[in-house]
Amino acid sequence: MTGRKIGILALQGDFAKHEAMLKSLHVDTLLVKKAKELDACDGLVIPGGESTTLTKLMRLYGMYEPIREFSLTRPIMGTCAGMIMLASQVDDERITPLQLIDISVKRNAYGRQIDSFISEVKLPFLANDSPFRAIFIRAPQITAVGSDVEILLELDKKPVMVRNRNILALAFHPELTDDSRIHRYFLENFSA
Amino acid sequence: MEKERFETNVGLAEMLKGGVIMDVTTPEQAKIAEEAGAVAVMALERIPAEIRKAGGVARMADPVIIQKIQKVVSIPVMAKCRIGHFAEAQILQQMGVDFIDESEVLTPADETNHINKHAFKVPFVCGCRNLGEALRRIGEGAAMIRTKGEAGSGNIVEAVRHMRQVMREIRELTISGEDELMAIAKKMGAPYEWVKKTAELGKLPVPNFAAGGVATPADAALMMQLGAESVFVGSGIFMSTDPKPRAHAIVQAVAHYDDPEILLRISSGLGEAMPGIEMKDLPPEQRLQERGW
Repeated sequence: MTGRKIGILALQGDFAKHEAMLKSLHVDTLLVKKAKELDACDGLVIPGGESTTLTKLMRLYGMYEPIREFSLTRPIMGTCAGMIMLASQVDDERITPLQLIDISVKRNAYGRQIDSFISEVKLPFLANDSPFRAIFIRAPQITAVGSDVEILLELDKKPVMVRNRNILALAFHPELTDDSRIHRYFLENFSA
Repeated sequence: MEKERFETNVGLAEMLKGGVIMDVTTPEQAKIAEEAGAVAVMALERIPAEIRKAGGVARMADPVIIQKIQKVVSIPVMAKCRIGHFAEAQILQQMGVDFIDESEVLTPADETNHINKHAFKVPFVCGCRNLGEALRRIGEGAAMIRTKGEAGSGNIVEAVRHMRQVMREIRELTISGEDELMAIAKKMGAPYEWVKKTAELGKLPVPNFAAGGVATPADAALMMQLGAESVFVGSGIFMSTDPKPRAHAIVQAVAHYDDPEILLRISSGLGEAMPGIEMKDLPPEQRLQERGW
């Protein structure tokens, strides 16, 4: 873990929460706003935020190809809007996803803010499976997964956390909790 | 409001960080805002500059206007209710708005009390001019704070004053001894627990956005550099001569607030900003920021 630098896409969203979480794990971080800043990073986090805004700013600042290229050799984690951006398909033409993990995603699948919720879940892929407080905020839903995608966690029989070789995608927000297990899982199980 | 609800509500405010929340009055404007990259829209019957011109009592918008806007955009939709008018807030919650702004831009309904926001599921944002006011609103359950500035003025001076005031008071808290905090809480008229929490964190316990007078990309960048975590733009976009490019530019200015090279490029050739009002031409009784207690 030490010596690696994790970039956090900082165009919009709760990037500061991811930064704080990674710093608490003594990980070097870099807030990424320009493509060339990716060169210094060994991994990338795409935070929660608004996926329409992320689409707009990633397009304007030429982030799509550089992030796709980055993903060939380095891991990426996306939470909520970050997951939407990583998906292969999104139910909304306003979004241009990166298509780095073979999942279909539905935006705002649970409704409006009044329907946001917290659910205590078990993390079966970890040795320590004490309950994790999964925070879902105007959350997206994974409606289909491809054959090379592993489902790590389900809620009400729907996948909410998935991975492939080097991409980790979650519908909820571990960065809003004090529980660092999911960030550690990313750091320890995803490498070049 | 139970603890979990407060957590998801502050969580939504976290997601809006580094973004621009734009005032809109029609579905067409809402679409322009979303396309420009706004993180949320504030659905209104009139924008603050028009409210100022019209005079009289300004109330919650007609639900039909808000519903039309909810239909066309996928980003969060906010709406304003009058200070202390919890029945308007109940109606807005029933409509499923994503955030309620208990706003000094509308005519206050209660000259003593703000809404008990703990009684609601939907999150609230409230304005402040200083830390005491911010912490009173958080004590009442607000999940987001914005500086008031002077809405509809097109003049950034009051937003700067309020942001500097809040940030200075937070800095002062961080160098105060724990045994001084009760006296400070008493002096600023703020709940002790939240004063203590702010001193520990060295920042507001909920996201701290800027509002009231932002008219240019440079105004937005200024507020971000002063410590705002996002920016509300009320009249500044749709009162300008060419709203679309200005909306695009302000979104980029917030994302790249500390990059003068980008700020220069996006500030160029935007047409005329909204006409502004000098504060000396605005007597205290016409200042919206004076509303709220």
